[in-house]
Amino acid sequence: MNDDIILKTVDLTKHYGGVHALQGANFELRRGEHVAIMGDNGAGKSTFVRQITGVEQRTRGEVIFDGKPVHFDGPLDARRAGIETVFQTLALADHLDVPDNLFLGREKTKWDWLGPFRLLNYKAMRQDTLDALEKTGVKIPNIRNTIQNMSGGQRQCVAIARTATFHSKLTIMDEPTAALGVQETAQVENIIRTLKEQGEPLILISHNMRQVMDLVDRIVVFRRGRICANLRKEETDGQDVVAYITGAKTQPEYEVAEAV
Amino acid sequence: MADTSHGIGGLTYDKSKRSLPNELNIFLALVIIVVIFEILGQVLPYMNNQSFLFDTRGRFDSIFNEARLQIIILQVAIIGIIALGVTQVIITAGIDLSSGPLVAATAMIAMSFAQTELVNGFPNPKALFGSWAMDLPVIIPVVIGLTFGAFIGFINGTFIAYFRIPPFIATLGMFLVCRGIALWWSGGNPISFPTEGYAWIGSGMMPVVWFVLLAIVFQLIMKYTVYGKHTYAIGSNEDAARMSGINVRRHKVTVYMIASTLAAFAGIVLSSKAVTAQAGMGEFYELFAIAMAVIGGISLQGGRGSIIGTVLGAMVLGVIRSGFTYIKLDGSYQLMAMGSIIISAVILDQYRQRNKA
Repeated sequence: MNDDIILKTVDLTKHYGGVHALQGANFELRRGEHVAIMGDNGAGKSTFVRQITGVEQRTRGEVIFDGKPVHFDGPLDARRAGIETVFQTLALADHLDVPDNLFLGREKTKWDWLGPFRLLNYKAMRQDTLDALEKTGVKIPNIRNTIQNMSGGQRQCVAIARTATFHSKLTIMDEPTAALGVQETAQVENIIRTLKEQGEPLILISHNMRQVMDLVDRIVVFRRGRICANLRKEETDGQDVVAYITGAKTQPEYEVAEAV
Repeated sequence: MADTSHGIGGLTYDKSKRSLPNELNIFLALVIIVVIFEILGQVLPYMNNQSFLFDTRGRFDSIFNEARLQIIILQVAIIGIIALGVTQVIITAGIDLSSGPLVAATAMIAMSFAQTELVNGFPNPKALFGSWAMDLPVIIPVVIGLTFGAFIGFINGTFIAYFRIPPFIATLGMFLVCRGIALWWSGGNPISFPTEGYAWIGSGMMPVVWFVLLAIVFQLIMKYTVYGKHTYAIGSNEDAARMSGINVRRHKVTVYMIASTLAAFAGIVLSSKAVTAQAGMGEFYELFAIAMAVIGGISLQGGRGSIIGTVLGAMVLGVIRSGFTYIKLDGSYQLMAMGSIIISAVILDQYRQRNKA
């Protein structure tokens, strides 16, 4: 096993009843590498991510994370192992404020002998929140604001700051800028660059060609539930990628899989 | 691109920027309602310049009409205890309709283990069990009652969280089941003559003491503990809570168990206060408890509301009821007016929330 590889999937497959949403995906991600996953709607991008993060249970195949085969029972399991995910639907609680959301499900507490009624350590969480936001360069006017009073960009930044806060081994973002304006998108992209500088590996699902070309090292294209291309950024361009997405081209090593 | 080069400049934690708590509005409403009744007392021709709030006839040591204040808070205390639990349920975006009948069922069950053997030297005419269940220490009926409540809450929560029955339906079913249990327990007969210890629980102002104590405890729990935070998170965005690793289903069961245990305790207090238990007790209590929470600014969509709000909501309801009696409004009009007030409270609150967003 190569120590350099943080995540590897072998023959990862997911069927929803008769629908083959994901077929035999072999994927590798090196430490510090940023990889984009592209593909049409329904190509299996989100399904692929859901199998890795344990949101769904795979039909077949293997996931090897950090050198060990893993089988996550749920997203919390994956998170404990060090995989942080920014979901397509923002996983934020609207009525809670920024520290509450950042620490949701892993609150800093005191008096732990009280069990479910253990006390929240608001002060520590507030300070950590400020540190985390500073680290990622996220600007939020007042962290005591509840999420419902924030713009889409601020929400997305909170969601991303959450993943960046906890020194994850792998970050996954599912279309983080799909609903954002130009400036907000730029802010999110800046955070992604910060992650790159810190050497944290990232899987980015995105439809935005410019963004992908700007940010990542490698592009993996999904089509109809299969991987159809694995392209280094320097060796490809937008038109080439589109050709793979639409099905005009398929890389030779993935041809076999295409014959159905 | 100055906007995208970030610094710490934009980051603040500013206490002064916190918006005023919603509870302040309810408190203001409470004050306004009291003032209205005070004015009505002066203005209405048949009232002879009475005062709603103040002691005008020198009956009490303080300037307030203590008797009225006591009755107001005593009237709402028992339903208020239920409302504390209902508040937590509604914050998770659920509802609990079973609390009223649960009050009756718990009253019957607990009282049947709290009877005295002899009444004025004669055997207890309402005795349900033999002498083995007579003159037991007070802790036994209380524990039995609370355990029964927790069990009902466990069933409610299990059906809602694990079998995905909508809370309205699950607790509506339990509403009927509990009323049935209350009737079946003694064949419809009242159960009376409790031990001294049991009678103490609801004697005098004790219901108020329990209500205030429990309100303080649960206010602190909801605000400062993981349990409280997760309750709000689940009501606010259940998917987010689940993805954050909160065991949503187990948490919901806990919430329903706490709510039902509180309702069961209300049943114990009520039967103790009335010194009897009857199957028809607690009628409409579940609805009044929900009304208290709603007046207290809770959102039935979940995620918003507080124990303090519900306590204030209870006070508003109590003041309105007492005030209507004070201005000699007929009981039938009272119900109509109270219903209208509950609906207006929600409309006002929604309007205010929309403006805020």
